[in-house]
Amino acid sequence: MKMAEDRASQEERYRIDYTPPKRSWMEPNVQFRKGTYCYPASLKHQKYLELPNQREWQPTEEDWKLPKNWKEIILEGMKDRLGRYRSFKLFLDICVRCGACADKCHSFIGSGDPKNMPVLRAELLRSVYRRYFTLTGRIFGRLAGARELTEDVLKEWFYYFYQCTECRRCSVFCPYGIDTCEITMMARELLNLVGCNINWIVEPASNCYRTGNHLGVAPHAFKTTMDFAADEVKEITGIEIEIPINRKGAEVLFIAPSADYFASPHWYTFLGYLILFHEIGLDYTWSTYASEGGNFGLFHSMELAKRLNAKMYAEAKRLKVKWILGGECGHMWRVIHQYMDTLNGPADFLGEPVSPITGTHFENARSTKMVHIGEFTADLVKNNKLKLDPSRNDHWKVTFHDSCNTARSMGLIEEPRYILHQVCNHFYEMPENTIKERTFCCGSGSGLGSDENIETRLRGGLPRANAVKYVKEQFGVNLVTCICAIDRATLPPLFEYWVPGMEVSGLHELVGNAIVMKGESERKTDLRGKILNSLTPPSIPTGRGEGEGEGHDHV
Amino acid sequence: MGVFYSFLATVAIVLCVSIGVLGLGWISLFTIVIPYAAAGLFIVGLIYRVLKWGSSPVPFHIPTTSGQQRSLPWIKPNNIDSPYTQGGVLARIALEVLCFRSLFWNERVELKRAYELLFKRNLYLWFGGLAFHWALLIILIRHLRFFTEPVPSFVLLIQGLDGIVQSIAPALFISNLFILGGLLYLFVRRVIYPQMRYISLPSDYLALFILLSVVFSGLLMRFFFKADLVKVKGWVMGMLSFNPVPLEGMTLLFYIHLFFISFLIAYFPFSKMIHMAGIFLSPTRNLSNHSRHQRHINPWDKPVKVHTYEEYEDEFREVMKEVHLPIEKE
Repeated sequence: MKMAEDRASQEERYRIDYTPPKRSWMEPNVQFRKGTYCYPASLKHQKYLELPNQREWQPTEEDWKLPKNWKEIILEGMKDRLGRYRSFKLFLDICVRCGACADKCHSFIGSGDPKNMPVLRAELLRSVYRRYFTLTGRIFGRLAGARELTEDVLKEWFYYFYQCTECRRCSVFCPYGIDTCEITMMARELLNLVGCNINWIVEPASNCYRTGNHLGVAPHAFKTTMDFAADEVKEITGIEIEIPINRKGAEVLFIAPSADYFASPHWYTFLGYLILFHEIGLDYTWSTYASEGGNFGLFHSMELAKRLNAKMYAEAKRLKVKWILGGECGHMWRVIHQYMDTLNGPADFLGEPVSPITGTHFENARSTKMVHIGEFTADLVKNNKLKLDPSRNDHWKVTFHDSCNTARSMGLIEEPRYILHQVCNHFYEMPENTIKERTFCCGSGSGLGSDENIETRLRGGLPRANAVKYVKEQFGVNLVTCICAIDRATLPPLFEYWVPGMEVSGLHELVGNAIVMKGESERKTDLRGKILNSLTPPSIPTGRGEGEGEGHDHV
Repeated sequence: MGVFYSFLATVAIVLCVSIGVLGLGWISLFTIVIPYAAAGLFIVGLIYRVLKWGSSPVPFHIPTTSGQQRSLPWIKPNNIDSPYTQGGVLARIALEVLCFRSLFWNERVELKRAYELLFKRNLYLWFGGLAFHWALLIILIRHLRFFTEPVPSFVLLIQGLDGIVQSIAPALFISNLFILGGLLYLFVRRVIYPQMRYISLPSDYLALFILLSVVFSGLLMRFFFKADLVKVKGWVMGMLSFNPVPLEGMTLLFYIHLFFISFLIAYFPFSKMIHMAGIFLSPTRNLSNHSRHQRHINPWDKPVKVHTYEEYEDEFREVMKEVHLPIEKE
């Protein structure tokens, strides 16, 4: 993103207009404008994953080089999925177009494009379903809301189903629980059948398949990174830590999203994990083969999700651990909580997860045998197993951004809040319409966090940024904490645009700051290397603007 | 456009019935053949749709969690919005079906200024929808008096409660007002909000027009063109016992009312109105949030191609050795 660009012209460009166009939505009309769409998958990665219809192509070109029988493939694929997923069939049948979902979607709120309303996004597919799979659609055609499947319709699918971030916010408000995420997943599977996918999903998935992680970090680079982190922890705390890798017989296998050990600001969360595990003396190991918590296969097809996810149990079995602990990541937990046991279980070679420090049985994970680090740490804190000095986070005024998946596909809501209350002194919630089950997506989830679609991302992230701006103006908040690696990667540029000066961190960065380690030297800096004493908390700004007096309604 | 076509269809129905009854005298068709056919389509259609949904499995455990999960014993779980017991699931569905709980949380977003959003709780749709659906149920229950002999006491009780305002407004039922108000609101919002107009299909308007026609014709009969209810009941009982006798000598309004009802129930299983049955099968609402506690089975699961550890080590063995990472094969 070019920040130097004239702000005024950008504001004009990102103007939001909620007036629907004159033309009926049933006539497909898509322009692949720069900044709104993602680039297609590179040939190399299509090949590595053995995806269908491998080729070089561009959405902006007239000819998408589809297979000759593409229409047949899509309709066959639809029929197959209607028979395999009750959700798909049901959600195509029962929508009454009440419109309750419309302004719940960040994509619509930020773009004003009516086809970004969940109801209409689904209608793009539903109209084709009616034409080929229902009696009324076959007979009455357009009058019954049915339309032909044409190349233009397919192009429209590609455009709009790669603007849905599968955040499930609409399904909270839908009176029948219709989940656009399910529709989008199916649409993307169908698009993949004819080779229409995006590089920002396929490349990480291909990397993960080969090297074990999205970023393509090879095992020796992984080791070097770990050594580097150990040095950094020593520099900050004065304590030498060991980072076990691929160690057989450890009690716990720890799996985090790969961005945590390779990107910023994720890195400080990673240091937080290391400090925590050292301090409690956890008998654990990292793995290079299963060095990725996230699963970009989920954004491609259930089959690819399964292929990538298989590594977790396979590695746990090979390393003969007792159970698995998982790091801070959103969609990773969608897969682990709702899919993994079904996809690759049963994990009968593992034991029921028990915290070796507190003896707590994580009964809620007794079948899948994988515990969220938020649950694990909350249990440690509750049982007074950590000596914490929350004042070491006094330079932060903190708010918490719930990740879509942990909130709406898991219900992990209070655990991170409990931890935050113990590790920092200044915590402020964003307005209730924008947190917990009603949290707003970062705008870049489900594999859409690329650079080339920055306009779509900035628009989609507007509701989240707006709520952050509100707590910044009201309470002087200067740090957004989250438990999602995609958030940590995509929120900084979002805030740089909408809420300049806002920082982003993971939960365990603050935990790492607060833990008083046995025998540590006095902390001169926080995990970011910022000198602690020189940092004073920002005061609450005096001019609160026009929002004053409207309480939590005003974001 | 959608409004126009649907309105046209509704008018055409009225004309057809008028010609059929007044001009051609096809009383048997309208009071025996069509009602039987409609009832048959309704029953068969409903069963077919539900069985069709049921024939597709639920491969994954995908409830939408709208509340705290059950995890650590000292964190209070939310057994309704993130249910962990069957009771919780039942409560969630019951609240959804009876109280429209999700719509109750509805809010409207507006741009206060450029790039500044304002969230407002919005209960109109919730109230309008609830008023219509409950009124419809109560009216259906009241109509049971035509279908039962003796009339069960709960029907009479509900009729009495519904007519509690009759001391000041004779013959008026509360449900009359609510169903009319609810339906008109649901129609008006489709027309006045640009987004709603944009997404509405002809079939959305058609459903509303048919329902409104049923209600209007019913109200006209109740207040102005009274029908001989004893005769109607005799006809209904005959139909129910499969000894049908054509119902002659009623006002045209009655035949119109009857035909709209026949149309409604015949159309019901093939329209969006089937949501009545579908909501019970919605996997984001009818599954409990215990997928790490209990394994969910996918009936069509099949093995996939994976990248094994052995393949991985074969590719990276040398570099792993260099940095002294443990390996399986030397």
